[in-house]
Amino acid sequence: MLVLEGLTKRFGSVTAVDSASLSIPRGQFVGIIGRSGAGKSTLLRSINRLSEPSAGTIAWNGAEITTLKGAALRDWRRRCAMIFQQFNLVGRLDVLNNVLLGRLAHTPGWRAMSRLWPHQDRLLAMSALEQMDIAGLAAQRADTLSGGQQQRVAICRALLQEPEIILADEPVASLDPRNAKIVMDALQRINRHHGLTVLVNLHSLDLARTYCDRLVGMAAGRIVFDDVPAALTEGVSRTLYGMEAADVIDHAAAPGLEAGLAAQAA
Amino acid sequence: MTASTTANHTVTVLPDPQLAPLMRAYGEAMAAKRRQLILGAVLFTIALALALLGAEVDLGTLWAKIGNFTSYFTRLAHLDNGASVLSDPAEWFWGLRKWSLLLGETLLIAYVGTITGAAFAFCLCFLCTPGLMPFPWVRAATRRVLEFARTVPEIVFALIFVVAFGLGPVPGVLAVAIHTTGALGKLFAEVVDNIDANPVEGVRSSGGTWFAQVRFGAVPQVLSNFVSYTLLRFEINVRGAAVMGFVGAGGIGEELITAIRKFFYADVSAILLLIMVCVVVIDLISERVRHRLLALESR
Repeated sequence: MLVLEGLTKRFGSVTAVDSASLSIPRGQFVGIIGRSGAGKSTLLRSINRLSEPSAGTIAWNGAEITTLKGAALRDWRRRCAMIFQQFNLVGRLDVLNNVLLGRLAHTPGWRAMSRLWPHQDRLLAMSALEQMDIAGLAAQRADTLSGGQQQRVAICRALLQEPEIILADEPVASLDPRNAKIVMDALQRINRHHGLTVLVNLHSLDLARTYCDRLVGMAAGRIVFDDVPAALTEGVSRTLYGMEAADVIDHAAAPGLEAGLAAQAA
Repeated sequence: MTASTTANHTVTVLPDPQLAPLMRAYGEAMAAKRRQLILGAVLFTIALALALLGAEVDLGTLWAKIGNFTSYFTRLAHLDNGASVLSDPAEWFWGLRKWSLLLGETLLIAYVGTITGAAFAFCLCFLCTPGLMPFPWVRAATRRVLEFARTVPEIVFALIFVVAFGLGPVPGVLAVAIHTTGALGKLFAEVVDNIDANPVEGVRSSGGTWFAQVRFGAVPQVLSNFVSYTLLRFEINVRGAAVMGFVGAGGIGEELITAIRKFFYADVSAILLLIMVCVVVIDLISERVRHRLLALESR
């Protein structure tokens, strides 16, 4: 159970997240939606403390997260694996070693530094890659892979952390529809088979409706919607995105945009 | 090591028949890379050993003569009458006024030389990177010019310019400027080499000229690094300008070489100390300048 209470993050005079309160039971697949700059990324990054909250509390199974330091903080980060929009792999390192970075919190420092990973961990990493159909790329440098392949490597790295939560920050925003489906299917599989809680930022409402058990809508740093996907009406979408819901949902924005530009030019 | 490897909740280890060929393929690919690395390391070690032999680096001599070295320092710390320099700071720094003026001249030589050199380096660095300059002969020509400018030691340039322009700071400024052009040009070119090509492409796709591509695609990306390198170079040039006077090209160097030649030990240490203080102050100031500029930029 992940509980956020009054979580607030300010950057100077800008309030990115404004007293957000949420309670997420274990094993739920939660989609966080809203336009760019609504505070979705900051919310996720506060949970694993890549971004320090300005106020409010975060608790996981009753244990306070916001005050963790040092080894305890690193262990918490290990338990809530993050997947990024730009994958955040080490481009100059081979794929298998990238995946093995997920074992950093399980491996003594000297072993990790000299890349003498335990054999069992190597088998684990290769198995994870094979289950994502990319074991053949294990020896390649990560930056030679396509976006979809890199995101699958990132998921393998996350899985090797043996996390309890997956935080995915726009994991499919840089991917084509087919790769987006592969990645979202993988997240769903992790959620269903291993019972991991998944929090995923999405800007595609279609994907959000298809995969999530629950949707949380954010606007200007505040949580303005929190319900099952079926409750996401046109009115709500309009408040979230400030435009016609049909444009968002049916990806029919292009004609409207063109008309708008033409009107401006006239 | 934690025992968690056996009980992983999120990944199932595949059966061996499925995994073994994958591990073998990975091992072979890695072994090829490792062989290259080992070969490189062996060649490097051989080269190092040969260099030590060739340059007749003899650790025995270093050990045997270390006493001479330290005794020079002892002499540096004593006045002509045998007292420690600290006993009479006024006597130690008897020439403070004269030295300060000369040190000021040294700073100005370094400053003007650095600015001039940085300006030339800035103009040239965009001409020798493949990303921005499509003509190989321009790149090659620019690189040769930069190499020439930095391989000839600045003191040699100073000597030549003293013959041409006479004694004084002008030859010093020219020498520093030329060397700085070469040294900074190389560093700048490497920064430009590593930029993200996408903004340049963006400007090009909007119909921008070559100058517009450099101005808007490349310069904003490289400016902060250029400033850092220029400030570092200024510090190095203060040190370089301090010896310009050895050949009559202005600044504190002439006093320093006279003191060394005539065995005025206390004077040598006083002048060296002044130069060191100067470099420390520059380091402190340049650090602040750099942070201010970066803060301005991120606004």
